Amino acid sequence: MSETAAPEAHPVPYRGDLFLPRTRRLAGALALVALIAFWQAASSLGWLDPVMAPSPREVFAALLAMAKSGELAGHLAASLGRLLGGFAIGATAGVGFGLAVGLFSLVRSPGIAVVSALFPIPKIALLPLFILWFGIGEGSKLATIAFGSFFPTVVATYGAVDAVDRSLVRMGRSFGLSSWSIVRKIVLPGALPGILSGLRIASSISIVLLVAAEMIGANRGVGAMVLAAGNLMQSDRLLGGVVVLSVLGLFIAGLLGWIERRLTAWR
Amino acid sequence: MNLSASRISHNYGPLPVLADVSLTVASGEVVAVVGPSGCGKSTLLRILGGLERPDAGAVATEGEPPARSLNPITYVFQDFALLPWRTVAGNVALPLEEHSLPTAERDAIIRDALARTGLSDFAKAWPRQLSGGMKQRVGIARALAVRPAILLMDEPLSALDGQTRELLMDDLVALHAAGDLSTVYVTHNLDEAVRLADRILVLSRRPGRIRAEVRLETPRAERRPADPALAAQARELWDLIREDAAEADRELVA
Repeated sequence: MSETAAPEAHPVPYRGDLFLPRTRRLAGALALVALIAFWQAASSLGWLDPVMAPSPREVFAALLAMAKSGELAGHLAASLGRLLGGFAIGATAGVGFGLAVGLFSLVRSPGIAVVSALFPIPKIALLPLFILWFGIGEGSKLATIAFGSFFPTVVATYGAVDAVDRSLVRMGRSFGLSSWSIVRKIVLPGALPGILSGLRIASSISIVLLVAAEMIGANRGVGAMVLAAGNLMQSDRLLGGVVVLSVLGLFIAGLLGWIERRLTAWR
Repeated sequence: MNLSASRISHNYGPLPVLADVSLTVASGEVVAVVGPSGCGKSTLLRILGGLERPDAGAVATEGEPPARSLNPITYVFQDFALLPWRTVAGNVALPLEEHSLPTAERDAIIRDALARTGLSDFAKAWPRQLSGGMKQRVGIARALAVRPAILLMDEPLSALDGQTRELLMDDLVALHAAGDLSTVYVTHNLDEAVRLADRILVLSRRPGRIRAEVRLETPRAERRPADPALAAQARELWDLIREDAAEADRELVA
């Protein structure tokens, strides 16, 4: 061989794909629009029975009619009052109790034992008991929602307190900070992201319990409205109520997300 | 103010980490504690400042702290221990908030501490935005703000890269130029010890006991990084702990 052939070049293949999906908000919105459009098309093409599965247009019209008559506002006000009241009680008590479990040996083991025993109970099973205790009115519904949001908040809070970097607490002690200052300035801010994710879970559990409680014993509220519509085969009003619940859930999740971004801007 | 520890012994469960360690730090003196990893240096430092209770022995201060000292015994931590949700100025303010100082005075203390550590332009920055060296400067600024009499430094430069370490070393030398600050400086880095200390205590491997005490005569301000005399001193120290370090390296971590 007179010519020395240059060695063949093999490009090094790229193998750095780490499954890091990117966020595209527009694609998310488009997916929802496409779903509704498909539903509408299925109705328009006659694939769906209009009584069993009304079209998005009919659902929207039913919602609009309820909004105009003021009926929707009444149901929504009743539901929101129960939801916010019950969630506020449950979440406040849950953060307080979770902090105590996370900070004090005296509370920890007894607290975890009680929480572990009561957490798995489907809270709606306790609604009849709460009706006996607090009456058929608002009290039993508030108690069910408060009870349901209490436990996930406690578990998230003490988990978040456990995860707070103890070297920061040691720093606080070494500078002579009082215990109260350490809880307020080191433990609580450090636990905040974990507490907030617990509150997200608690808020969706609250919506489930709200609707269930309203279906068992209420005249007003979105859950009662959905149940009544079902009894009368008004499937457009029924689905209208379901849409309201979906929007309510999205709104609360968005609100918590906004609060989280505001409070954890340092990250 | 002097700090003296007498006959400190400590165990973690069945594992003895310190055995009968006594030391005294005179006012204005810089004492380095060196030894192989796991010899109980950091435990000793925590005991000196009351962050850990020794199984035996006692720590005491002698003499009154300076009148304006807010936290006579103050730590600088290896991992900086900055609150990530507070700005640089907020972190320096944290220990001051425990004391009812007029706002103007508090602000003046923070400004002064940041100026002394070259952080004036970074008062509003978040810790996550800072390099390791700058984070430790915040740790030092926070310590200076409470006007300590005794500074307990736990491997303050060990989390930093070599170049940053060199820069901060100069700052630490300058910090001790005034001569009114007693310091216990725990490190595994012998070069740091010979640059900074008036006296070096060599601990044995676990359980740590004081094996040797070396006094450095060259004034701190005259020591230079590449000084052959310092290098010789560091080598001597290394000969003292070399075997222990090799043994310690082969031990299972508790």
